[in-house]
Amino acid sequence: MARRLWISALIVPPLAFVALFVVYPIASAFAYAFFQWHGLARGEFVGFANFYKVLFTQPYMEWTVNAFLHNVLVFFALMVLQNGVGFLLAYCLWRELPGAAFHRISVFLPVVLSTIIVGFLWKLFLHPLFGVVNISLRGVGLGSLAQPWLGQDSTALWALIAANAWHMVGFPTLVFLAGMQRIPGEILDAVRMETESEWVKISKIVWPLVAPSATVVFTLLFVGSFNWFELPYVMAGLDGSPHGATDVLGLYFYRTAFGNQSGAAQDFGAGSALAVLIFLFIAIVAGFITFRLRAREIQI
Amino acid sequence: MSAASESYYDRRGVLSALGRDGLIQIILILNTAVMLAPIVIMVFAAFKTNAQIFQSPFSIPDFSNVTNIVKIWTETNFLRYLLNSVIVTTSAIVIILALGTMAAYGIARYRFWGASFVLMFFLAGLTLPLKLAIIPLFILMRDLGILNTQLSLILIYVAMGLPTTVFIMTGFIRTLPNELEDAARMDGASEPRIMWSIMLPLVRPALVISCIQNVVPIWNDFFFPLIFIQKDNLKTLPQGLTTFMGEYTTDWGVLFAGLLLSSAPVIIVYIIMSRQFINGMTAGAVK
Repeated sequence: MARRLWISALIVPPLAFVALFVVYPIASAFAYAFFQWHGLARGEFVGFANFYKVLFTQPYMEWTVNAFLHNVLVFFALMVLQNGVGFLLAYCLWRELPGAAFHRISVFLPVVLSTIIVGFLWKLFLHPLFGVVNISLRGVGLGSLAQPWLGQDSTALWALIAANAWHMVGFPTLVFLAGMQRIPGEILDAVRMETESEWVKISKIVWPLVAPSATVVFTLLFVGSFNWFELPYVMAGLDGSPHGATDVLGLYFYRTAFGNQSGAAQDFGAGSALAVLIFLFIAIVAGFITFRLRAREIQI
Repeated sequence: MSAASESYYDRRGVLSALGRDGLIQIILILNTAVMLAPIVIMVFAAFKTNAQIFQSPFSIPDFSNVTNIVKIWTETNFLRYLLNSVIVTTSAIVIILALGTMAAYGIARYRFWGASFVLMFFLAGLTLPLKLAIIPLFILMRDLGILNTQLSLILIYVAMGLPTTVFIMTGFIRTLPNELEDAARMDGASEPRIMWSIMLPLVRPALVISCIQNVVPIWNDFFFPLIFIQKDNLKTLPQGLTTFMGEYTTDWGVLFAGLLLSSAPVIIVYIIMSRQFINGMTAGAVK
C-alpha cells in the first residue's frame, strides 16, 4: 500500500501536468474547430463549416493554397541547403583533420541563438541600401546583383530560406556526425581495402549506415518546415510581405486566429480548423516518413 | 616491375589523399567563415556609428566607444527583459527536472500496472507541436486567470519540456544497476530515501543533458510570450527585442548593440560549454 502511494506520488503530478497542458489543449483544438466563435466565446456547433470555409471558399482557399505551397517549397529547399549541406559538412568533420574541433563548434554556434536574433540580424544584412550583403556585392564590382532581397516577390522567400539554413545547418551536421562516428572501424577498413573512390564509400557505406540519423533530421525538418513561424514573422511580418510572397501556414494560422494590426477580425473557428488540418497533415506525413525511412535502416 | 607499379599506386594514394584532405579543409574553412562572419560583423557594428557601419562594415571598430551599448542599457527596458527571461527560464527548468525525474524514476525503477501506458502518454507529447494548440491554451490560461503573468509561460514551458525529459531520464535511469538499491532495501531504507540519497546522485549526467536540451528553446522562445504577454514589464528577452528593434529603426549601431547584448549570454555560455550544448541539443535525435 505504501509502495503504491509512493509510486502514485511520483507519477501523478507530472502526468496531471501533461494531461492539463498538452493532451487537453490538443483534444480541445479538435473540438473547437467544429464550433462557431464570437470573439472569445464559443457559439453553436457548426459541423464541418469551418473546414469548408478555409478549404473551399474564397479568399481563404487562395490563402490556404498559397501558404501551403510556400511551406512545401521551404521544406524541399531546406532539405538540400540544410540537411544536404549538413551531411557534407559532417563527412568533412568526420575526418578529424587539424582544426575539426573548432569547425564543429563554429558550425553549431548559430543553432543556439534565438530565431528572433537571427531574423533581425539578417534583416539588417539584407537591407537594400545599407545591408552588408549589397555593400559587399558593390564592393567587389557585382553591384548589378545587389537587389532588395526581402522587398521583391522573386527573392523574399529564398532570403528567408537562406537565413534559416545559416541558423540551423549545424543541427543536421552534428546529428549526421554522431551517426558516422558510430560506424564500426572494421567496416571502414574493409571498404578501404576494396575501393579508393569516395563516392562509392559515401553512397554504398556511409549513407546507408547513417540512415537512423537521416530519419531523425528529415522528420524534424518536415515538422519544423510546416510549423515555420518566428523567422518569417520577424523578417517579413505577419502578412508575409511583399504581397504574400513569404506567407506560410504558421503566419496565416496566427492571422486567422488572432487577427493582425491591419484590423482583420480574429476568428477562432477558422483558426482552429486550420490548426487541425496542419496538425493532421504533419502527423500523417511525418508518421509515413518515419515509417518508410525506418524500414531502410540497417542494424549493425 | 611490380615494385614500380606498387610505388606508383602508393604515391597516387598519398597525393589523392592530400588533395582530398585539402579540399575538405577548404570546405570547412569556408563554412566556418560563413558561420562566424555575421556574428563578427554584428559585434563590430555594435561599436560603430551609422556612417561607419554603412561605409566600412568589416573594419575593426574602436571598442572603447560604448555609446550604443549604454543607450540600450539606459534607454530601453533591456535589463528588465533579461531578468524576466532569467526568472521564467530558471523556474521552468527547475520544475521540468523535478517532475521529469519523478516520472522517469517511477516508470524506470518500479513494475506496476499501466507503466508502459504512462510512458506512452508522455511520449505522445514528443512529436505533437504544441503551437498548434495555442487557441485552447490561450482560453485555458484566460480561464485560469493567468494571462499576462509569468506563470502562464512557466506552465507552458514545463508542458513543452516534460515529454523529452521523461524520455531521456527514463532511458538513463533504466541503465542504473540494481545492486545498490537492493542492498539499501535490505538495510531497511525507505523508498524515498533510496531515491534521494542513492539513485539521484547517479543521474546527474542525464540531468545536465536534459537541462541544456530544455534551456535553449525556452530561453529563445518567442511564440508563447507573443500570445500570453502584453505588459512591457513582463516581456522576455526575444519579445522585448522586437519592441526596441521597432523603436530604433534608424539607429543601426543601437540595433546591433541590442542584438549583441541579447545574444551575448548564450554565446558566452556556449563557448564555455560547447560539448555539453552539442550533446544536450542533439540528445533527442542521437540514439
